[in-house]
Amino acid sequence: MGRTLAEKVWDDHVVRRAEGEPDLLFIDLHLLHEVTSPQAFDGLRQAGRRVRRLDLTIATEDHNTPTLDIDKPIADPVSRAQLETLRKNCAEFGVRLHPLGDVEQGVVHVVGPQLGLTQPGTTVVCGDSHTSTHGAFGALAFGIGTSQVEHVLATQTLPLARPKTMAITIDGELPDGVTAKDLILAIIARIGTGGGQGYILEYRGSAIEKLSMEARMTICNMSIEAGARAGMIAPDETTFDYLKGRDHAPQGEDWDAAVAYWKTLRTDDDAVFDAEVVIDAAELAPFVTWGTNPGQGAPLSANVPDPASYEDASERNAAEKALEYMGLTAGQPLREINVDTVFVGSCTNGRIEDLRNAAAILDGRKVADGVRMLVVPGSVRVALQAVEEGLDKVFTAAGAEWRHAGCSMCLGMNPDQLAPGERSASTSNRNFEGRQGKGGRTHLVSPQVAAATAVLGHLASPADLSDARTPAGV
Amino acid sequence: MEAFTTHTGRAVPLRRSNVDTDQIIPAHWLKKVTRDGFEDGLFEAWRKDENFVLNRPERKGATVLVAGPDFGTGSSREHAVWALQNYGFKAVVSSRFADIFRGNSLKNGLLTVVLDQKVVDALWELTEADPTAEITVDLEARQVRAEATDGSQLTADFELDENSRWRLLNGLDDISLTLQNEADIATYEAARPTFKPRTINA
Repeated sequence: MGRTLAEKVWDDHVVRRAEGEPDLLFIDLHLLHEVTSPQAFDGLRQAGRRVRRLDLTIATEDHNTPTLDIDKPIADPVSRAQLETLRKNCAEFGVRLHPLGDVEQGVVHVVGPQLGLTQPGTTVVCGDSHTSTHGAFGALAFGIGTSQVEHVLATQTLPLARPKTMAITIDGELPDGVTAKDLILAIIARIGTGGGQGYILEYRGSAIEKLSMEARMTICNMSIEAGARAGMIAPDETTFDYLKGRDHAPQGEDWDAAVAYWKTLRTDDDAVFDAEVVIDAAELAPFVTWGTNPGQGAPLSANVPDPASYEDASERNAAEKALEYMGLTAGQPLREINVDTVFVGSCTNGRIEDLRNAAAILDGRKVADGVRMLVVPGSVRVALQAVEEGLDKVFTAAGAEWRHAGCSMCLGMNPDQLAPGERSASTSNRNFEGRQGKGGRTHLVSPQVAAATAVLGHLASPADLSDARTPAGV
Repeated sequence: MEAFTTHTGRAVPLRRSNVDTDQIIPAHWLKKVTRDGFEDGLFEAWRKDENFVLNRPERKGATVLVAGPDFGTGSSREHAVWALQNYGFKAVVSSRFADIFRGNSLKNGLLTVVLDQKVVDALWELTEADPTAEITVDLEARQVRAEATDGSQLTADFELDENSRWRLLNGLDDISLTLQNEADIATYEAARPTFKPRTINA
């Protein structure tokens, strides 16, 4: 019987298989950041262990880093101490680090792909649940806890039980104005936050094949919000074109050998998935969340749902609590929800195409009075590219704030936070209670919806913008 | 890791689904670089409400958390497990746990027990009717038992794979176990193709 993409990559990394034990998998790439690594390095130190494969390990600073005044000492002493701890640990153990101020610094899941380190058929781990992002390359990539970070540092392996596989097939054409973000939000609303639990998802079908690498990353990034261990997309010419020439992509004969291998990484025709979901791309529309988990979403044209409409008691209860927290009433049109803050950025939507998409809508327009808009590039490289294209000027001319790279308001570990009761339209990945600041209310949206929302002051799609404008022509 | 064999204690009924790790321990607590001192951050936002179940005097000293479905979703932060343990919890019961949270809990000796939602409902009713009722989580027998003062009883078997159970019962350290197979790792490494990425160019 044939094998799925996930099974092929899994099998190629089994170091040891024994009856009654989890498989011991080799890890090709280990990404580190300041938040989930300090206790792991402590563990190594206490046991007198070293990092087994420094050449497969890389660290950057992203969660705590400020997006203003990065040349000054970090104001929050606890954040500063955590970054200093990472610097000390990397120096002591010899780990390659890209700290704040370095040209390769940025959100760890933006940095790996742009360096060409994320490659098809590799296993990628990081102490961060959005490691699923890297699955866009046909890598088996998943988030791990700090105990596992220590385990990978010490052994370059992880003992893991083999997950099941689920095919999510999206055929057809995405309608105009519908993006990868709308697609993944619709998938999560359909299968639920626990729908992918125990599975590796494989996104496939003609709608997926047409997507750029960055759009594929947006989709795989949010696999975890459906509860999945990982999300993958089979590598193809789009993948190879993206990788060719990058710093750590194979070169010469190695490139040819790599591509020959990468081309084998497709689910066999006779392979069987443990579960299948089929979605018609043509039926999709701009999608936003109204609740406090990423599965509580609806098309922008819909109304806030009535909790009483849920048959399942637990879902009904969750919807009631969500509406209370979000300050919304059942039946209210989603388009009539006013926002205070718009955030464009994060490992979900902080790459150059995301910034281009938002800028194209803001060009020649203004952010609505009373609305604050933050644009936070996913990495320093993304920021430099945006500046080269003049996108920063489009954002600032529209009245948005152009910031330095980092995780920023996605989780508010740095000073970029919502105030209690404040409402955001955010291109990030989680609308949990208090995620963007205590008492903050988050609506997850695409970069295009974020930009249109910033202009109109309420949740909106670019199609809602009927104003005349004079784009500067970026 | 501390071994887990069996534990008996009073329970906290948490009637909420989708309790994400941002609720269990908010992000600003993640700046700490230790594994302890997270108890005050546990469910920090909800604890500001004096009626929140954890704040009820009858729940003081309880050690078994009985939660709704999809407990531990979201962020991979192991701090969520440490916060529950630092506070005093020894076991969490739910009908469904998020994968990463479950993995983290078992690596730290916090037993996460999966039971049918109907059993979870029954445990909620039992502990709400009698907060002094004790729940036993018996890993050796893979069984949860509860008895209320009015004599009502509940027994339910749970599943946990044999390998995880063996590691928990013996409090075994994963890294030491893996390093027993160091030769297998070295063999695998020697056969890796040269086109595989390296963070440090040779």
